[in-house]
Amino acid sequence: MDAAAKPLTRNILPDRDYATLADYERSGGYQGLRRAVSELSPQAVQQQVSDAGLRGRGGAGFATGLKWSFVPTGEDAPKIRFMIANADEMEPGTFKDRLLMEKDPHQLLEGLIIAGYAIQATQAYIFLRGEYHLAARRLNQALLEARAGGYLGRHILGSNFSLDIHLHAGAGRYICGEETALINALEGKRANPRAKPPFPQVSGLWGKPTVVNNVETLCNIPHILHYGSAWYQSLGRGADKGTKLFGASGRVRRPGVWELPMGTPVREILEDHAGGMIPGYALRGFLPGGASTDFLLPEHLDVVMDYDAVSKAGSRLGTGTMIVLDDKTCPVRMVLNLQQFFAGESCGWCTPCRDGLPWVVVLLQAIIGGQGRSEDLDTLTDLVRMMAPGNTFCALAPGAMEPLQSALKFFRADFEAYITGKTPPLEQADEYY
Amino acid sequence: MSIDAQTASMLNADDIRDIKAEMAHYPDKAAAAVEALKIVQRRQGWVSDAALTAVASLLDVSTAQLEAVATFYNLIYRQPVGETVIHYCSSVTCWMLGADDLRERLCRHLNARPGQISPDGRYTLLPIACLGACDQAPALMVGERLVTGVGAETAVTEILGEQS
Ligand SMILES: Cc1cc2nc3c(=O)[nH]c(=O)nc-3n(C[C@H](O)[C@H](O)[C@H](O)COP(=O)(O)O)c2cc1C
Ligand code: SF4
Repeated sequence: MDAAAKPLTRNILPDRDYATLADYERSGGYQGLRRAVSELSPQAVQQQVSDAGLRGRGGAGFATGLKWSFVPTGEDAPKIRFMIANADEMEPGTFKDRLLMEKDPHQLLEGLIIAGYAIQATQAYIFLRGEYHLAARRLNQALLEARAGGYLGRHILGSNFSLDIHLHAGAGRYICGEETALINALEGKRANPRAKPPFPQVSGLWGKPTVVNNVETLCNIPHILHYGSAWYQSLGRGADKGTKLFGASGRVRRPGVWELPMGTPVREILEDHAGGMIPGYALRGFLPGGASTDFLLPEHLDVVMDYDAVSKAGSRLGTGTMIVLDDKTCPVRMVLNLQQFFAGESCGWCTPCRDGLPWVVVLLQAIIGGQGRSEDLDTLTDLVRMMAPGNTFCALAPGAMEPLQSALKFFRADFEAYITGKTPPLEQADEYY
Repeated sequence: MSIDAQTASMLNADDIRDIKAEMAHYPDKAAAAVEALKIVQRRQGWVSDAALTAVASLLDVSTAQLEAVATFYNLIYRQPVGETVIHYCSSVTCWMLGADDLRERLCRHLNARPGQISPDGRYTLLPIACLGACDQAPALMVGERLVTGVGAETAVTEILGEQS
């Protein structure tokens, strides 16, 4: 595969519904798995993924090989281990994992099986959000094909390694994407997050060592094994390696998702791929990586989509799918919509989040409804501080604060215009979010 | 009524078979909880207290534990709903591109507010978090069918797949 390649989406063709097992095999599918189980030790697979420089695509960018290495090995280590694909994709503005699962389900299965081999898992699960019915059908079909093809089940491809995968569909709740909440959900418990440590790699599903990886992360693995870590490294344009699905939604001419090298500048994504703004609208800002990332401004268009570069600009790469704010959408109302989502999806476990997020919603509704006072902006700032990282039990609430704090900074005049009466109040800030 | 008799009265043989098949996928039966609730809901439309109790005894968990699970999820209904549930995406991109208008058009057509059953018993409209179709906003789900790119020009009857 050449360096300009798009490994993750090579099977996603405009005139093809989805890739069958035969399509997948023709494109080199399951060669990475074959190489792993027949030529490489689990440690060697981990090493190859570490060398490739793959970082988790679930939002936090944690190094994948390093994550796997925390699973205890050796004689005394627990014999039962679990490998889980996080397919809960519910971060507003994110639409990449659905595409990967619907269009090329075997790619995820192969990645999951190789990851399972690397940590010597005894069982794997795909935790799929309940709304993804088409993805569920395609994955279940692919699981049957993979078992029949000898890629899954006992003695995979004639090796000593055996693994099965079960598709576990959820019933819709954002917090289930948080990896420890996901583990509780899978166990059939209410999906509150767990305290860390112990980390799941040591004590996860049913107390056994467990690794949770994002769908897109796993989809990279087959290619790293098949084409090697040096090839994979060559795909990145900047500090980070490989390709990534980047997307844009909102009032751009061609909303969509594209596989591009890590390190692609925002400008290229929004102008070349998304085609720029719809005529009559101008770019006011954007959330670079989903609902729980800080706003960036047009002046940030030349930032490159690398984990560290986006952090330096004041936001996060997150899921890499951007939400575009145009000049005719009110940023205050946009932030209200985001906060209504987060308040509704708070699991209610810890007080700052359970009480804080609804309070944010009430304040924003008052501001938009024309009853805001200038102190309210200070209160909002206090609430941002109250829900800062470390003050809540999980990252949901701190994530919710990212678009709020950046909006208070960049769009303060819009908040103030409601408070001073310059912007006419909205009769009723929407109760249905 | 004994628990077993209650189970038998709330769940039919197919439900029990399907739930047991799900339980077999896990080392702990409780992991089948959500799937079991969905199985009941598929036939009965929603999860009543009696059905919940019956499923709990099948899974060997307390009713309280299963209730804590059932009430947690957007897709498990603890009160009756119409024959088909319509979930319209209310998250950020769909909101920006007209989800509120879509909701109001649906409400007028159904003659029901979100959460209510339409007078003909056929539909309940509910908001849902981002459906992962932001590039084709606004989006909604009619039953299990994802419908995308529904602008102001798309007729509600077309969205619902009804003859106009
Ligand atoms: C509230 C919340 C929701 C999350 N939702 C998802 C999700 O839907 N999918 C996902 O892969 N990671 C999600 N994450 C991140 C996971 O906790 C975890 O970091 C990720 O699955 C790790 O995979 P990776 O190392 O491959 O990136 C979420 C985190 C939080 C705090
Ligand atoms: S921060 Fe929110 S979602 Fe996370 S544990 Fe606390 S209440 Fe639950």
